[in-house]
Amino acid sequence: MTEPRKTLLLIGATSDIGHATAQAYAKAGWNVQLTARNEEAARRNADDIATRSGVEVGVHRLDVLDLESFAALLDGLPTVPDTVVCVVGELGEQDRAQTDIQFAAKVLRTNFEGPALLLGMLAERFLLRGSGTIFGVSSVAGDRGRRSNYVYGAAKAGFSAFLSGLRSRLSVAGLRVITVKPGFVRTRMTAGMKLPPLLTASPEEVAGAILAADRAGRGRDVLYVRRLWRPIMLAISSVPEPLFKKLPL
Amino acid sequence: MRLEGWGRYPRHESEIVTLSAPDDLGRILRERSGIIARGNGRAYGDAAIGASATLLAGSLNRMRAFDPATGRLTVEAGVLLSEILESFVPRGFFPPVVPGTKLVSVGGMIAADVHGKNHHRDGGFGAHLQSLRLALPGGEVVDCSPQENGELFAATVGGMGLTGIILEATLVLRRIETSWIVQNTTVAPDLAGALAALDQTDDATYSVAWIDCLARGASLGRSLIFAGEHASREEVAAAGPARDLLPSAPAARLGVPIDLPGWTLNRASVAAFNELYFRRGAMAGRERQLVHWNPYFFPLDSVARWNRIYGARGFLQHQCVVPRANAQPVLAEILERFARSGKASFLAVLKKLGAGSGLLSFPMEGYTLALDVKVSDDIFPLLDEIDRLVVAAGGRLYLAKDARQSRETFEAGYPRLGEFRALRRASGAEHRIESHLSRRLGL
Repeated sequence: MTEPRKTLLLIGATSDIGHATAQAYAKAGWNVQLTARNEEAARRNADDIATRSGVEVGVHRLDVLDLESFAALLDGLPTVPDTVVCVVGELGEQDRAQTDIQFAAKVLRTNFEGPALLLGMLAERFLLRGSGTIFGVSSVAGDRGRRSNYVYGAAKAGFSAFLSGLRSRLSVAGLRVITVKPGFVRTRMTAGMKLPPLLTASPEEVAGAILAADRAGRGRDVLYVRRLWRPIMLAISSVPEPLFKKLPL
Repeated sequence: MRLEGWGRYPRHESEIVTLSAPDDLGRILRERSGIIARGNGRAYGDAAIGASATLLAGSLNRMRAFDPATGRLTVEAGVLLSEILESFVPRGFFPPVVPGTKLVSVGGMIAADVHGKNHHRDGGFGAHLQSLRLALPGGEVVDCSPQENGELFAATVGGMGLTGIILEATLVLRRIETSWIVQNTTVAPDLAGALAALDQTDDATYSVAWIDCLARGASLGRSLIFAGEHASREEVAAAGPARDLLPSAPAARLGVPIDLPGWTLNRASVAAFNELYFRRGAMAGRERQLVHWNPYFFPLDSVARWNRIYGARGFLQHQCVVPRANAQPVLAEILERFARSGKASFLAVLKKLGAGSGLLSFPMEGYTLALDVKVSDDIFPLLDEIDRLVVAAGGRLYLAKDARQSRETFEAGYPRLGEFRALRRASGAEHRIESHLSRRLGL
């Protein structure tokens, strides 16, 4: 390798998708900077990545609810990353979110406010430098509010809308913003749920789709990891509201 | 949930407990009894089916540290051998011991003290462990090594997961110039020839014999003996057009000793297969061949789920070891009885072993013979008869393969069993850490 190594910033490194994504980039020869709320768990993942691939891995503590800490985090990075992937998210039980306002607020902030604002700050640095790629892991749940998880879905809808606007703005400068919608993923977050195999990806599959989209340098703005999700969500989005509200989704 | 081992026999109900984070282990151990850890489920019988609950330890799958200067690697117990190969072969390192499949967890390799084709020279997997980290039945975490908590270490190597939950291990990888293997194949016309050939390949790093199980009479035990060495750069260069010195797993399969067919186990097709196989082997006899490491060490891994070819009832692998003295007549008798029954697999594997390192390690100075049989009602009496021959010769059966041996056979074969049981009583593991295997054999 004669070119200097590129650097990935992975936000949410202790999630299964986050770890798999960092692993995939490291295997491709990238240096990796990880952030997570739980620094110890992130360190375990960092050691794993460094041992397997021999690249440099840094760990930074970050709570996406702590907006004040964002600037210091970005200033403390060894370099402005070439790509950032944000996988932060928390499903949050819908039942609890309906009655516990603090909890609902936390779900909204964790899935929308924190990730969106952090990526927004990074975008400014990417624009200054004139390069950088942003991946935001959103959710098919944000494509339409459903009775079974609309608090989470609304947060993801907000995040998707933010990414859409950011993409439009950054595209003028030739920078890419990709919204990733993994669909169902077999992770700790979904352990024990019965998931349809055709619509369920592994964390490694999500990671592979992100890395492939990054390498391609162009392509879809919105990445459904399992392609089948695109027509399904298109169909769900186009059901008229009078009918939709009768559906037990 | 109904669980089975790789041989798909026996099947037992056991509650699945998933370890989502390492910190949870203490709580799980304190709350449960009759639990056993399960790695990648490659033990053939009932070793990784918990008496009441089975701990899926797959989330203990992080590598911890590697020092390229010494080859020292620390990994969590759920890491698979295939992952170690994937990461380190391209960097010029190879595991010190590999069993016949790479789809095993490090914890499983320790629990079975697995041996490879180099056991006669390098010992088992346990001999290359610098240390391991173990969660005891009460949840307490301890480090052990030959120097520190030596008794616990000796009980855990080959201890079938019955001393506690293996969390982490540090082993030393060997340096390789290339990941190609120079293979020398020779033909032995009968069992005496096969044993002699194995003795002659004592100096080889790797050696193993494949026996044609359908040959009878004067040809009983006719074999192909494969000796192997890690190839040097010069040897790879001399073998022809430039090729990658350190290829990783999915690379082209070059010089695979056989192409495993989608066989059916009918006698005629098996006989025909063996004929062809021996002719090919004989033609390649004494010829040096450069073989990719993956098919050399793990020929069956390329056939996904090959354990299904024996049908729904599953199969048994009978693997015994008999001491060197008198080995020939005993092995001949075993082969003869299998051949007479017409029930054995078409191939048996014969390998020379050195001494084992753990209290319940399978290897001893002698020869080990392994073959597969389909589960059927009349196979059990035959295997019991063969076990009696093994015991009478001072031999024993491999616990990682076992699904049905009697307590008597087991007790006769493992002289250090008393020490092992005493340790389990003392640590409280006796009832808390329990598999169907340990219950069956009174471990």
